[in-house]
Amino acid sequence: MLKTRISALIILTLGLLFGFFVFSSENNTESSFAFKYGLDLDGGTHLTYRADVSEVASEDINNSLDSLRRTIERRINVFGVSEPIIQIEKGGAFSSEEDQHRLIVELPGVTDVSEAIDAIGKTPVLEFRVEGDEPFSFEQSVSISDDESEEGAIDLSIQAEDLANQIYNSFKPTGLGGGQLDRASVVFGNLNSEATVSLDFNKEGSDLLAEVTKNNVGKVMAIFIDKNLIQSPVIRQEINGGVAQITGSFTPEEARQLAQDLNFGALPLPIELIETQTIGASLGHDTLNSGVRALVYAFTIVFIFLIIWYRLPGLIAIISLILYIAIMLALFKVIPVTLTSSGLAGFILSLGMAVDANILIFERIKEEISHNHSLNDSVREGFKRAWLPIRDGNMSSIISAIVLFWLSDTSLIKGFALVFGLGVLISMLTAVAVSRTFLLAISNNKKEGVLVKLFGSGLNFSKEEK
Amino acid sequence: MFIVNHRKIFFSISAILVALSLFSIFNFGLKLGVDFTGGSILEITYKNSIPEQGEVLKTVESSGVEQVVVRQAGEDGYIIKTEVITDAQKNIILENLTSESLESNEISVERFNTVGPTLGDELKTKASIALVVLIIVIIFFIAYTFRHVSKPVSSWKYGFTAIIALIHDVLITLGVFTFLGGVYGIEIDTLFVTALLVILGYSINDTIVVLDRVRENLRDQKDEVKEKNFDTFVGRSLNETFSRSINTSITTLLALLALYFIGGIATQTFALALIIGVIAGSYSSLFLAAPLLVVFKNKQKAKKEVDA
Repeated sequence: MLKTRISALIILTLGLLFGFFVFSSENNTESSFAFKYGLDLDGGTHLTYRADVSEVASEDINNSLDSLRRTIERRINVFGVSEPIIQIEKGGAFSSEEDQHRLIVELPGVTDVSEAIDAIGKTPVLEFRVEGDEPFSFEQSVSISDDESEEGAIDLSIQAEDLANQIYNSFKPTGLGGGQLDRASVVFGNLNSEATVSLDFNKEGSDLLAEVTKNNVGKVMAIFIDKNLIQSPVIRQEINGGVAQITGSFTPEEARQLAQDLNFGALPLPIELIETQTIGASLGHDTLNSGVRALVYAFTIVFIFLIIWYRLPGLIAIISLILYIAIMLALFKVIPVTLTSSGLAGFILSLGMAVDANILIFERIKEEISHNHSLNDSVREGFKRAWLPIRDGNMSSIISAIVLFWLSDTSLIKGFALVFGLGVLISMLTAVAVSRTFLLAISNNKKEGVLVKLFGSGLNFSKEEK
Repeated sequence: MFIVNHRKIFFSISAILVALSLFSIFNFGLKLGVDFTGGSILEITYKNSIPEQGEVLKTVESSGVEQVVVRQAGEDGYIIKTEVITDAQKNIILENLTSESLESNEISVERFNTVGPTLGDELKTKASIALVVLIIVIIFFIAYTFRHVSKPVSSWKYGFTAIIALIHDVLITLGVFTFLGGVYGIEIDTLFVTALLVILGYSINDTIVVLDRVRENLRDQKDEVKEKNFDTFVGRSLNETFSRSINTSITTLLALLALYFIGGIATQTFALALIIGVIAGSYSSLFLAAPLLVVFKNKQKAKKEVDA
């Protein structure tokens, strides 16, 4: 008896601590445990890209995806978005092969996305080529334009394109390109204010660069983006260490542009935009407010129902439900779970179902009381008998949550499944551990009396149901 | 006992509802939203006065976009659905809308979603796979948890009745939604699929609690007694679980009603699907699944007598 009362006190204290944690971390704006809201509640943009890995050897896919993520991250950072999320997502189970790899970009607070989409979406190809055996000459290009004019169709743009192709083809491929470039940045020399673009290669790129430069000292190394010649520095010596510098006479502005182009060109995989979602901040906040309001109403109505129908045990169910809420909110903060409209819906639904375990237990206790057992025995026996259906029933809900979580690849459904699954699990725990302890703590050894009546149910206090 | 004795009435009610649902499903078909078909949704609100729906439709169509549907959203806005459009096309539409509306009338974009058609196809496949996988897993789960109850009805049959109840619940939910889609144009989205899967879980959960009572009441009985009085046991189990089933449904429904009426537009369809599913689920556990056990058992008996 004393033992259960002490446990009840301990549980209450723990509950208060959970509640206090939720409350205080919410009031403290600098707390790292603030609720995380999804874009549908906070406003912002969600972009889903499909990454085309068909050209990449399967063992390199993860590396390419990782460098893709870092590249996009760099590009996004140019826009000064606060806390952007850029992540690689594998399609859920049963995704078709080409849909396996996705890039998710979330830009909180950004609703005008044209610029961001443009910046991310460009997929220029960066290539390093070296001067071939037949260097490009002006005569060749003239001869081409002569050919064109003979056919009577002089189209300047086609000529220019041919010219560019001609230049491009006069350089030999080195195998060095965007795939191996780690980063391009602008540095300023000490002696003069001339801007220099510095190129950092990864391990593979460094080795390749060393080899290529060693074999081609004195030749021109050309940098192409989408087959357009961007720069053509002359190789002065073998370059070790994976850092190359392009010095030319460009203004800081041009250098920055080049560095940016090179970073853009360093996109290791082609990507395709397959989904965009933009939610305005006001709509998001409306959704959040109405979700929270629905939650409060749902709790209140369920509380009233429990008190009226189940009396004292109803009150205890309410205490364990409040504990349930406190634990869930604390978990949302600690894990952390990003709250979305579907997550909120899952939480509200799990609240309704959380009551189920309590109701099962109370009905069983009532039956035991009607079999003329003492309150204490009835509570123990009632719990014992209610446990199996609670376990098996909730198991099926948990199975649904797992299947949902496993098969879905949208954050919408994953969010719901996570909250719903957690909710069912925690509600089972609170019902069995918390409600049981409290009921035992307040029950006595009597078979009738006021307390027994308080354990009854329904609106009629005058007589016990059979 | 009432339910078991009058099971034919309850079976008929279910049969009629399922027949109506099937009719609605084949007649109307599900009205799929852009999540499935691919397309764009643009939700806008006007700061001052709001133009006529037809005007908006005309303006959007004249911007060179096809498959346009315009629906009012709230008091001061519209939801515009189109084929898949790019951000640039969206901006053209907005420009045209702004220039055609009154001066000093600002338009703000509340929401702009675009779903590529392949993603929509994928969702369809996945939703079907999820449903099938879940049903299979659950049949095995029930057969396993009820494995000790093999007399007089085998544990597989418990699983089977639970699945019948479940199909009943899902069909009725689909029936209501195909009807709503056909008559009121309500479309289903990704969350609706989630709702269906949750209804599966709930339906099974509810059925298990009822069947568990049968299991418990049979546990300490002798085989002959079980055989002879099976319908009495089922009837008693139903009486014992009746108030629990009703009360649980009520609390769940109360929470869902709050979600439906107060919880915002994003989850309204979801809440409605669950409300229908929970009502159907509670009905099928009490009035369909448990009485079906009696029917199965009687069939067995009849077969035995024929064999003898």
